[in-house]
Amino acid sequence: MEDIALETRKTFLEVVAFRVANQDFCFDLKSVREIRGWTETTILPKAQPYVKGVINLRGSVVPVVDLSERLGLGATDPGPRHVIIITVLGNQTVGLLAELVSDILTVAETDIQPIPDMIDETVRKFISGVLVMDDRMIRKMELSTIIASDGRGLG
Amino acid sequence: MTVDRDEFRESFFEECDELLEAMHDGFDRLSGQQDDEETMHAVFRAVHSIKGGAGAFGLNHLVRFAHHFETALDKVRSGKLDLDDELLDLFRQCGDNLSDLVGAAREGGDTPCPGTGTLNERLDDVLGTDGHVEDPEEPEFEPVVLDFGDFDLPGDDSGMSIRFTALPGLFKSGNDPVVLFAALEKLGTVEVTADLADIGDLDSLEPGVCAIRWTIDYSGNATEEEVREVFEFVEDLCTLEIEVKSPGLPDLDAEVPDLPADLLPSVASLDPVKADGATLDKGARPKERSGAKQDQDDRKPGGTIRVDLEKIDKLINLVGELVIKEAMLAQSIADLGPPSESEISVGFESLKALAGEIQEGVMAIRAQPVKPMFQRMARIVREAASATGKKVRFVTNGEYTEVDKTVVERLVDPLTHMIRNAVDHGLEKSEARVAAGKPAEGTVTLSAAHRSGRVMIDISDDGGGINRDRVRQIAVERGLINESDSLSPSEIENLLFLPGFSSASEVSELSGRGVGLDVVRSEIHRLGGRVSIQSDPGEGTTFSISLPLTLAVLEGMIIQVAGQTMVVPISAIQETLQPKSAAIHDIATGGRLVRNRDGLVPIIDVGEFFGFRSEPRDLDPHVLLLIESDDSHRYALVVDEIQDQRQVVIKSLETNYQQIDGIAAATILGDGRIALIIDPDNIVRGSGAKMAGDLNLQLAV
Repeated sequence: MEDIALETRKTFLEVVAFRVANQDFCFDLKSVREIRGWTETTILPKAQPYVKGVINLRGSVVPVVDLSERLGLGATDPGPRHVIIITVLGNQTVGLLAELVSDILTVAETDIQPIPDMIDETVRKFISGVLVMDDRMIRKMELSTIIASDGRGLG
Repeated sequence: MTVDRDEFRESFFEECDELLEAMHDGFDRLSGQQDDEETMHAVFRAVHSIKGGAGAFGLNHLVRFAHHFETALDKVRSGKLDLDDELLDLFRQCGDNLSDLVGAAREGGDTPCPGTGTLNERLDDVLGTDGHVEDPEEPEFEPVVLDFGDFDLPGDDSGMSIRFTALPGLFKSGNDPVVLFAALEKLGTVEVTADLADIGDLDSLEPGVCAIRWTIDYSGNATEEEVREVFEFVEDLCTLEIEVKSPGLPDLDAEVPDLPADLLPSVASLDPVKADGATLDKGARPKERSGAKQDQDDRKPGGTIRVDLEKIDKLINLVGELVIKEAMLAQSIADLGPPSESEISVGFESLKALAGEIQEGVMAIRAQPVKPMFQRMARIVREAASATGKKVRFVTNGEYTEVDKTVVERLVDPLTHMIRNAVDHGLEKSEARVAAGKPAEGTVTLSAAHRSGRVMIDISDDGGGINRDRVRQIAVERGLINESDSLSPSEIENLLFLPGFSSASEVSELSGRGVGLDVVRSEIHRLGGRVSIQSDPGEGTTFSISLPLTLAVLEGMIIQVAGQTMVVPISAIQETLQPKSAAIHDIATGGRLVRNRDGLVPIIDVGEFFGFRSEPRDLDPHVLLLIESDDSHRYALVVDEIQDQRQVVIKSLETNYQQIDGIAAATILGDGRIALIIDPDNIVRGSGAKMAGDLNLQLAV
């Protein structure tokens, strides 16, 4: 009886799963506005290396962040097969450069496990948990640290 | 219902703005020529209308003060009081206070402003009465009734239809509609009809909620104000709709009998010779009056509509998109290469022209005359003058110059500061002025004009000018420059814009300390404007602000540098040079200079500044753009190629990213890609260390 009660209280979450530097990541689908193919960016002077530049998203100027570089996994050499995940966090719209988008998954929040303590600080800053699905391990990305809402995170 | 009321409120306040503007205009005219009766009437009418409207909204403090003010104005109007400078000054202060009260009421608080009490006392002094106990209207209107008994006064037998709906709280607070209706009956004949339409089944009946609505047909001589007073205690517990049935404009009607009323006795009491003059006067006046009427009529047919600013901005954005799409289409068409007389080319050309017109038209919607802002400044001058004890005349020119609404709004703070500065620091004390052979009254002039696609705003005073030695000394004391630096007069004047610089020897309460012109300058920069100073010792100082007409588009030169397409605002470019023909000199510190007519100009490579490349050794294949910065320094920017010159739509980088040094904003080009708009002044400052000669100044700025 108690088990059933617990079961129904489970909250589910839709996440978008994608690949960066051959690793699986995901974040809340609610933050995603659209997914588009790679387009050439306009380079921003004096920007952080992981800021690939800006693109025109229907009249808005949207910066693109190379997730691989941001996570310290090496710079991406973007080509037509790469995707830009347009995310909205607060008032800020930012594009995230990834290798491909694999799935949209519905997961229970309880399925997301905390990351072990031994993993170093930089990773812990960007990754808030781990989701194990079949034989895959999907890291849940902390969007707010990738894109600080005041823009400083990109600077 | 509440929505309606809010709307009425909003339109009342908008009307107030217009009336206040008319009032201030009136004061300006009165200070120019004395005894202008028509102007006095106009001022009186303005205050009277504000009072009337405020009464309808139950803004008691506002009504009380306006009434008091109006009584004093009426005394002058009817010739019982002479309007001298002192009284005019008091009236101006009252006008300012009235603006404050209206502003406070608009914000939702009908609270007395700090100065109200003192002004009321001063008005009492002038009136020689205790205005507080005076019953509004009665004494003023009595003679009217006597002289023109046959006049159909608006108060007489006006009928009203009042719709009264009780909100749930009405009964909880122990009120009863019956009592209210009974009170209303004391004011005239009342016929109450209950509307039972909303009463539901017994099951759905809520004991605390009154489902009955009442329509009250009232006839009697009470004004809407008085009727509202009956419901005053339940104001928040009911909704009240009052519809005045009698046709006509009560305000105008009320004014008409006033004119002969104050004319007739004066004519009668005058001796024959003067009476002649008065008759003439009388003959002339209707003309004036009809002229004034015509002014009002002229404005009416054009009419205005209130539009949510958001809607306009959305439209502006869309038009921006249209312009971008048009440029993209132009490129595709050019790629196809149809003959220039083909249908597609011709059609596209006319489309382009249309899009241009639409863009202009949409931008014009946002444009506003600077007049209201100038009027605010008039007040700042008055306040600053009384705080410093100086006599100041305020002159404005070009107040109908139109500027983008946002620009106007964001200009208020910097202008306020500069106006205060002009009065506080710019003008000398009266004694010093007289000693210098100038009139004791100082003049501060604020003018606006359109010049080559920009708006120029000048703030000038006829004070002592900038004391350059003193400025220099302070700059040395603060470590902003070295004792040994030789600076040109304009460079010294520009030191005033340095952060933390304050030229007043002692900190004055009025203009604050140090946080001054640097903030002004950066705010104006943010608007895409520039500010400069000219000062003649003994003659005065002029601050000139040059601003873009709009924040939405910019005339730009499309350039290529290190493979990047960028935009340079045309307004900054003085000329373009071919390095091949220009004489380029290396200097020891590693910088390079180019010589042109006016001397040596330092060179900055845009590509290097932004980190796209290291400065090219050979400048021959490049182009130099000669730029003049705010502080009249000239620089040459190295770019690779000039591609085009066109209007570009300004897009914010900060919305999704952040500010970048040397970049003002972004735009979208014909190919749909983003190009960054360069901020030349910022580049100059950012690379200041390389500037030989100007070293300290550049570092400091």
